Amino acid sequence: MKNSTTVKMLMLFGLSTVLWSCRKDKSVTPEEQVQLPGQGVTAVNGLYILNEGNFGSNKASLDYYDYATGVYRRNLYGAANPSVTLGLGDVGNDIKIYGSKLYVVVNGSNKLEILDVKSTKKLAQVDIPNCRYVAFYKNKAYVTSYDGYVGVIDTASFKIDTKITVGRQPEDLAVVGDKLYVANSGGYSSSDYERTISVINLTTNLESKRIDVAINLNRLKADQYGDLYVTSRGDYYNIKSNLYVVDTKTDAVKKKFDIEASTFTLDKDFAYIISTAWSNVTMSTVVSYSKINVKDEIVVAGGFIKDGSEKDIVMPYGIAVDPISSDIYLTDAKDYVSPGALYCFDKTGKKKFSVVTGDVPAHLVFYTK
Amino acid sequence: MFRFLPASNGVKYCSISLFIFWTGMLMPELSVAQTDSLKANVLKEVEIKQKRRSTQNLSPTPLQILNGKELKNLNALSVADAIRYFSGVQMKDYGGIGGLKTINVRSMGTNHTAVFYDGVQLGNAQNGQVDLGKYSLDNIEEISLYSGQKSDLLMPAKAFASASSLYLKTIVPTFEADQNRNFRVALKTGSFGLIDPSVTYNQQLGSRLALSLNAELINANGKYNYRYTNGVYDTTVVRRNADIFAKRIEGGLYGTTSDSSKWQIKLYNYNSERGVPGAIVANKFDFTQRQWDDNFFVQSSFETQTNRKLQFLVNAKYAYDFTRYLDPDRVSIFGALDNRYSQQEFYLSLASLYHFTQFWDLSLSTDYTYQQLDANLENFAYPERQTGLIALATKFSWPRFNIQGNVLATLVNDQVKSNIPAGDKTEYTPTVMASWQPFAKNNLRLRAFYKSIFRMPTFNDLYYTFIGNSKLNPEYTSQYDLGFTYSKSFEGNKLNHISLQTDVYYSDVRDKIVAIPTLTLFRWTMLNLGKVEVKGLETSLQSHWNFDQLNIVAKANYTYERALDVTPASELFGQQIPYIPVNSASFTLASDYQNFGLSYSYIYTGERYSQKANIPVNYVEPWYTHDLAIRYSFNASK
Repeated sequence: MKNSTTVKMLMLFGLSTVLWSCRKDKSVTPEEQVQLPGQGVTAVNGLYILNEGNFGSNKASLDYYDYATGVYRRNLYGAANPSVTLGLGDVGNDIKIYGSKLYVVVNGSNKLEILDVKSTKKLAQVDIPNCRYVAFYKNKAYVTSYDGYVGVIDTASFKIDTKITVGRQPEDLAVVGDKLYVANSGGYSSSDYERTISVINLTTNLESKRIDVAINLNRLKADQYGDLYVTSRGDYYNIKSNLYVVDTKTDAVKKKFDIEASTFTLDKDFAYIISTAWSNVTMSTVVSYSKINVKDEIVVAGGFIKDGSEKDIVMPYGIAVDPISSDIYLTDAKDYVSPGALYCFDKTGKKKFSVVTGDVPAHLVFYTK
Repeated sequence: MFRFLPASNGVKYCSISLFIFWTGMLMPELSVAQTDSLKANVLKEVEIKQKRRSTQNLSPTPLQILNGKELKNLNALSVADAIRYFSGVQMKDYGGIGGLKTINVRSMGTNHTAVFYDGVQLGNAQNGQVDLGKYSLDNIEEISLYSGQKSDLLMPAKAFASASSLYLKTIVPTFEADQNRNFRVALKTGSFGLIDPSVTYNQQLGSRLALSLNAELINANGKYNYRYTNGVYDTTVVRRNADIFAKRIEGGLYGTTSDSSKWQIKLYNYNSERGVPGAIVANKFDFTQRQWDDNFFVQSSFETQTNRKLQFLVNAKYAYDFTRYLDPDRVSIFGALDNRYSQQEFYLSLASLYHFTQFWDLSLSTDYTYQQLDANLENFAYPERQTGLIALATKFSWPRFNIQGNVLATLVNDQVKSNIPAGDKTEYTPTVMASWQPFAKNNLRLRAFYKSIFRMPTFNDLYYTFIGNSKLNPEYTSQYDLGFTYSKSFEGNKLNHISLQTDVYYSDVRDKIVAIPTLTLFRWTMLNLGKVEVKGLETSLQSHWNFDQLNIVAKANYTYERALDVTPASELFGQQIPYIPVNSASFTLASDYQNFGLSYSYIYTGERYSQKANIPVNYVEPWYTHDLAIRYSFNASK
């Protein structure tokens, strides 16, 4: 036995297959229906509920509450549009009706979906990166993009006409007269938030000025008296969220309410505000509900839920008020990763019903006749 | 938007219906050796096999092992690929060749499994997770998984300090008599554009010292086709931005002292750049996010010889880990999001074992760890943590019965440069385990263990800008396990060995650290909110067959597990937690005939839910894989 060099050779060839179950046929996620009390025949046909779905989960979905029959329908979009690859998409961020069409802004999927308002069948899609909210003026849709602009989309051709540069990470927007107001957040730079509203001249589609309000602006709506209500998210540390009023005649801040506000809705002379404020002191969320008389610009004591049912609501997230009956619709996002709930209160603040929704129910729009 | 994703938010790949990939490997091994060394190798393999059978049979805690040839037969690239064959284990896989892959044992959560590399724990103070996709099988000799803990007494205190332990053992250089060096090169290729060359060089330096060097490159474009369908749409797309380029180099010095004590020093470096493919969502097919990693450690151990009355084991380690994450889509006034994190760890462990009598042993292990994290985040806390662990353990053992118990004391001190540090923590946790052979002539052994342990909140849990919550408590687990092992050999029979192990278990996770939203979808924080109850059964049957020159090893595993969300007042009380199937199984068949080897493996993962609510929209279909590998090896002497 003497030393020698041994060469051992090993050759290996492998094949793998990964198979997903073939036991069940692939199928479209079906629509689900729940019977609720009806609302009788009014000028309102029903209410669309856009569920955001948690970021990255591709679970945006559309629900509808039909006033005449009282039927609550979940997963409308998937059932009406089974051929759309991966469905409505990731994080439904805004929903509005203009003419006979329903416009859905899908933030994580970088698209504006245009649906037939009655059938929810898809008519068109416009791609806009990191899109947030939509508003309308003279057959044009205006969509904010976190890339720092407002995209102007023709509602007949569904093409982007132009892009209007605004502040960093713009959020909500509203049209008053021939001016478009855009809330800039600057949310990607927490050491240097934006603190302005961009004012756009809708005749020229150019930014004409900026109104200094407060840091990290978010939701923005106009009341019937030509005033803008706008929320500031604060910095999540020492600066709390807040609600401001801007006079569109002078384009200046006219009031600071010093109440915490996450989101709100306006109906006639009232603003309904919900706030979910995180406290680093108690390490818990402090939920509050407030109501403001926008005519006199004063807080109405006692909020708007009067029967104690707010104790069941974990994370109020979206709100809308029926323009005819003044019934209040409020959504509960719960833990953001499981189905939420929609609550209906009458105008005296008494609960009428609640129903299970998709994940993170957030944005509501009434479908009127 | 916000990069942080909560734990339940795994990426869904449920729509792929068929996916095939292949690997090819060529591995010439040169050694200066005697020509009849093959016989010696066969004998050694038998020895290893027998030793392993007895270890598994005697272990009072469930033990699963994959080693040597079994690992080669699996057609697997990384440790993560191999671990899928263990029972009671879920791999959390973000997909693709470069995607994060972490282990979850018995549904208690990734952070409850400690991973040891040559006896020393791989730490990650930032998020408590070890990416097993980074550990190539190229240099791994053995993977063993203990539910509960290893039943040794002479081990670092860290080995007592987690709910389950995964041990990765690298290949120790071996030389035949008269041989002083060997050299191995290997080239693997495969799907995803994979090219994976590696080289190993072993050198004997005198009679008591050996050197081993091992280096590997992994390059893959990560591209693969995937198909979405709901029966109406049917779309096939190429997965992009899943490329990886990684370099790994390891060096080891293995020594024996004149009194037969053993020591070793190991250097390790892993360096990679990869694409980070995002979640699969509608209308988004391109991703631009990139990640760079650099992991370095040097560790050393010294163990006195085994037959002394008083034995010592000393371990020391220094580790540096760097991660950079770039998101060109998220632009602030400072430019694209470009997060950089670096961690350092110093570790020292001293364990001692005293043999009082033939049947009574006592051990004391003390570990000290210092960990520190830097990041270029706004308002960052720059946390530092010192952890002291003291484990006192004792064991009484007779041939047919043994019982052991230990108490672990954990002392933790955190300090931060800004914000509020978590308070000092002191915890005491016990473990008891026993194994009993009721019949003298029968290899049946009954076993049971109870273990209470916790995991500390990680730096991310406590201090991550915006999310962290420094008031968090540790996350506790209790485990109860009852099982048996049985094995029997049949000399001269075609079926020459069978072994069976089965365990039923109950465990709970209390004060589970979960991410919950605060203000909006993009603002989360961590809270001790959840409670999970796990009831399960694991069983594993192994058989060895011999038909003349044809050898067959068949192995089947099955796991039944109910892992329920029992968070008080939760609307989802009693539902199965996300990504945990009730039924899962694996089957492997390896055969050898002369120079040929053929192996087949199968993994089945039953239906699951992708989120907490067990409703149709969250349903994830069952899936399974078939793997087939053909091997041919021969000796060419000159």
